[in-house]
Formats: sequence, structure tokens, C-alpha cells
Amino acid sequence: MNIIVCIKQVPDTTEIKIDPVKGTLIREGVPSIMNPDDKGALELALQLKDQFGAHVTVISMGPPQADVMLREAFAMGADRAILLSDRKFAGADTLATSYALSGLCRMLDYDLIIAGRQAIDGDTAQVGPELAEHLDLPQITYVASIERLDNGHLRVRKENEDSVQVLEVEGKCLLTVLASAVEPRYMSVSGIVEAYDKEVEVWSADKIDVDENLLGLKGSPTKVFQSFPKALKAPGEVHEVSDEEAVELIVNKLKEKHII
Amino acid sequence: MDKKDYKNVFVFAEQREGVIQPVAYELLGKARDLAEALGEKVVALLLGHNVKNLAQGLIEQGADEVIVADVPELEHYLSEQYSQVMSQIIIDRKPNIVLYGATTIGRDMAPRLASRLKAGLTADCTKLAIVADEKTGQLDLHSTRPAFGGNLMATIVCPNTRPQMSTVRPGVMQKMQRQPGRQGVVTEFVPKFDTSKFHVKLIETIKADKSVADISEAKVLVSGGRGVHDKEGFDKLQALADVIGGQVASSRAMVDNGVMPHECQVGQTGKTVRPTLYMACGMRPPIQPLAAMEESDLIIAINKDKYAPIFSVADLGIVGDLHRIVPMLTERLKKEMAQ
Repeated sequence: MNIIVCIKQVPDTTEIKIDPVKGTLIREGVPSIMNPDDKGALELALQLKDQFGAHVTVISMGPPQADVMLREAFAMGADRAILLSDRKFAGADTLATSYALSGLCRMLDYDLIIAGRQAIDGDTAQVGPELAEHLDLPQITYVASIERLDNGHLRVRKENEDSVQVLEVEGKCLLTVLASAVEPRYMSVSGIVEAYDKEVEVWSADKIDVDENLLGLKGSPTKVFQSFPKALKAPGEVHEVSDEEAVELIVNKLKEKHII
Repeated sequence: MDKKDYKNVFVFAEQREGVIQPVAYELLGKARDLAEALGEKVVALLLGHNVKNLAQGLIEQGADEVIVADVPELEHYLSEQYSQVMSQIIIDRKPNIVLYGATTIGRDMAPRLASRLKAGLTADCTKLAIVADEKTGQLDLHSTRPAFGGNLMATIVCPNTRPQMSTVRPGVMQKMQRQPGRQGVVTEFVPKFDTSKFHVKLIETIKADKSVADISEAKVLVSGGRGVHDKEGFDKLQALADVIGGQVASSRAMVDNGVMPHECQVGQTGKTVRPTLYMACGMRPPIQPLAAMEESDLIIAINKDKYAPIFSVADLGIVGDLHRIVPMLTERLKKEMAQ
């Protein structure tokens, strides 16, 4: 079985701070990490590899610095790593990103594509389904576990807000995975050593099967009109009152905000 | 593409097992504002099996027209089946705007459709507005959403393509007051399926066990710190959470001392909480996740110490003993909910 895993390097958003004077993001000193849902996707791919034997290729799109993250994937157990990196991809929204990734996937031999549900910098959850559609593959999102049946079909558990669904898929497909459902393995010591002898392949736009007019900013229907730091809340009211009055204040507030 | 051909504000009226989801009504309420600003109509898209009877309810909550696709293939949500019908309707009717709830269904289907239709899609919006372009005067949808874990807000536009699509976070928009007897048009749509693309089968659906739900998805969080003292204290918070459909979360301190399990801790890497209501009980510091909250969110803090820093970020602060106030509030809310 050949598996492609889509991973992204992201700033650890829990470490991001806002410059109080300029009102902009301070990205300096913020660690870059493998996106948590993507790490979950890689873990599920490696579990299939452990059980059935599989060749796992990790792919990513981004600047050359993503090399570190791809080596981390090697150290966890990935067999091949490809980084799509080219100025032509700059400014891509999710549609142009998924289109570029589809061009790369078409160059590879695969039975299954696994991606994280969403990245913690954008939180859109769009690239997975958009990629599936570009490749005309069936998709299942919010996947918590994958089981391979004797007939080669995959049986997956999908976590919704109010239910868990068991779904079965036949043939090639794309799954998106929730980080909360899996505990990713650590890099092995030998894996870390070997990771630095392996080659992270860097591919430019002309190496993949795409129409260059649909890449990057040109291929992006959405544009950022403006971005701004979240307005700080004005300080609220603080009351030192009897318990009965306190309950009354809370109930009124819940009603005012349509929570009850 | 002639953008002038694209008219009206479409809302995907998500239903599960024959029940319209609350977010669909919220979207209809917002769609009315947008349609009025554009001088266009609100159209609800109702997909399912044996769901025709739900159409009038959508009209009474703001739809001018309901397009109903009512066939056995649509009984349960499946990505390909629903995407085929939605894309056929959208290609046929050329909407200006299409809105979806940012639920596991909306967030599965909307990007699939965006890719099929080559349309711009903005995820998890918390604000929508119609704004005239300064140069051309063209009326565009401005979709505002949080990014970078809620540290930054971004307004997204799709000036060159139609339809303009957005998923909208549940619980943010206001539904309109129901107008019994409101008049509207119901149009039946007969889909044509390409069954050769149906590769996914639903085997079974298991109702989720609420106690293991992920706190990062919770709409209401009742969170406790050192002031809760012990397990018995957290039981009081649990009783309150049960009444208002929320979940219990814990400060790191109460996880580290073993009172609460790790899954309940707010502020872990990659785990941002964004509830509609955050009740902070016996917590001192204005913990990090509070920075990631939306304008629509409500923070209520109860603490004995009137100088507790949590009060600086609370919308409503109560100086008092949570061990008395929380049970009283629970009883009071039981009565409110019963009405």
C-alpha cells in the first residue's frame, strides 16, 4: 500500500503574542511545529505501515525551512519526503494550495491520502476536501481511526458533534484526521540519526502537473481585505452582592446574550 | 463569468434526522440582513428524505423560497451525494452568496463544493457584511473570521468570482423572531445522481457519550480553579454544566494535583477553547485561552477575592463563594429551562 500524508509546518499558536503598540503578531521566537492534526494523520499512516507494510510519503508546501519538519517525519518512520517550494505558490489560498498539492499527488503512485483535519494557524479545514475534489477522490473528514478490512476496503470512525459514524470506503480515498483521537509516536533515536542522511526532495512548480495560472495569488478566489488584532474587551462589571442577587445578575446576563 | 447573473443569498438548511439544526435558523436571520442590503431574496436549500414538511418552518424563520430535494439517497449526510445535489442547484440557480453552518457537515461539504465550482470559501466566520467596493461600487460580501488561534481577525473578500461562500460558526448570528404564517415559495428539485461516484457507505451511527466530548468543541464551559478545592467542588460545577448543556474544564493546577483528568485542562498546546459562555469559578489568573475568545462570547467569573485578576477580563464578575452560588444558580436555571 502506498500512502501520501499531507503535513504543514505552523507557528505554535499558543505561543503567539500581540505587539501591544503596533497591534501586530509577534512571530519572532515562536516555535514552528508540525501541525497537530497532521501529526495525527502521519501516526495513522504509520500504524497501517506497522500492520500491513506500506510506503509512506509525506508531502508539504511551504518555504525551505519546512525541511526540519519533514526530517521529523522521517524520524517518526516516513519513507519519503517531498517539499513543494516555489515563489509561484506564494499568496495561495486554500483552493490554490489544494490545487498545487493535487498536481504533486498526480505525479505519485498512491492508494490512500491522509491529511490533518485543519491547521492551527488558519483553522479552515478546507485543504483536505478541496484536494479530494481536485483528484476526484471520495473523502471522509474528522476521522479518529482507520481499519483495513480483508477485502481491502477501509473502515473508519468519524467523530461528529453529536455522534460517531462508522463508514466504509472502497478504493482510493482521502481521509482527514483529528489530532485528539491519536497519540503520535516519538521520533526514535535511530530514526533521528537516519533522518539526517535521508534526502528531502524539493520540487518546484514546473515539476508538477498543473496550470500555472491557477497557482498562488493568481489562482486564489479569496483575498485578504484586511487583518487586525482582536479588539480587547472593555473591562466588565464586578459586583459584590448577596448570593441571591448574584444568581439574579447571572441569569439576566445569560438571557441578555441569548444563552438561555 | 458575468457576476450580474448571480443573485440571491442561499442558506444550506442543515437537518439531522429530520431536525433543522439551530445554525440554519441563525444563518437565515443573517441572510435576511445581507439580502436586504443587496435588494435580493433569501433561499433555503433543504436536502434529505421525508423532510418536505420542514420547509414552512424555514419560511417562517426568514426564507423567501425553499428549494427541497427530498429523495432516499439523501436520508443521511454523505459527502458525495449531498455535493452532487448542491452543485447541481448552484449551477442551475447561480446564487450570489451561499452560507453553511461551520459544523462537521458544513465544513465537510462546503470546501468540496468550492473546489468543484472554483468558488471562494471563507471558513468559520463570525461576522458577515455587504460592503461597496470603493472604486467599482460592486457590492461584495465581507467575511470576518479569527485566525492564528484567535489572536488575529481577518476580513476576506472574493471580488472576482461568484458565488461567494462562507461557513459560519454556530451560535454567533441571531435568528429572527419566528413569523407564523409567513408566506414563501417551495420549489421541488429532482436531482440526477452519478452513482458511479458513490464509494462511501454508512455502516452505523453511534450517539456520542457526552462525558468524553472534546472541551475545545464545547459551546459552554464551566471551568474551575483552586477555589473549587476538590472533586466534590467539581461535582457542583458538573451539575451546573449539565443544566446548561455545557462541559466542565479545569485549570492546570487542579490537573497537576490530580483532582481533574488531563483531558479537561484548558490551555494545552493546540487546544484552544472557544465557547459561547465561559464560566470561571474560583480561578485567579486571566488564563491564556481567554485571549482567544470572540466578541460574541460571554465570560462570567465567580471568585471570593475581589482583587482576583480574572475579573479584569470578565464581562460579569461576582465577588462571592462559588460553593453557595453555583448550586443556587443550578436550581434557578433548572426552573428557567423547564419553562
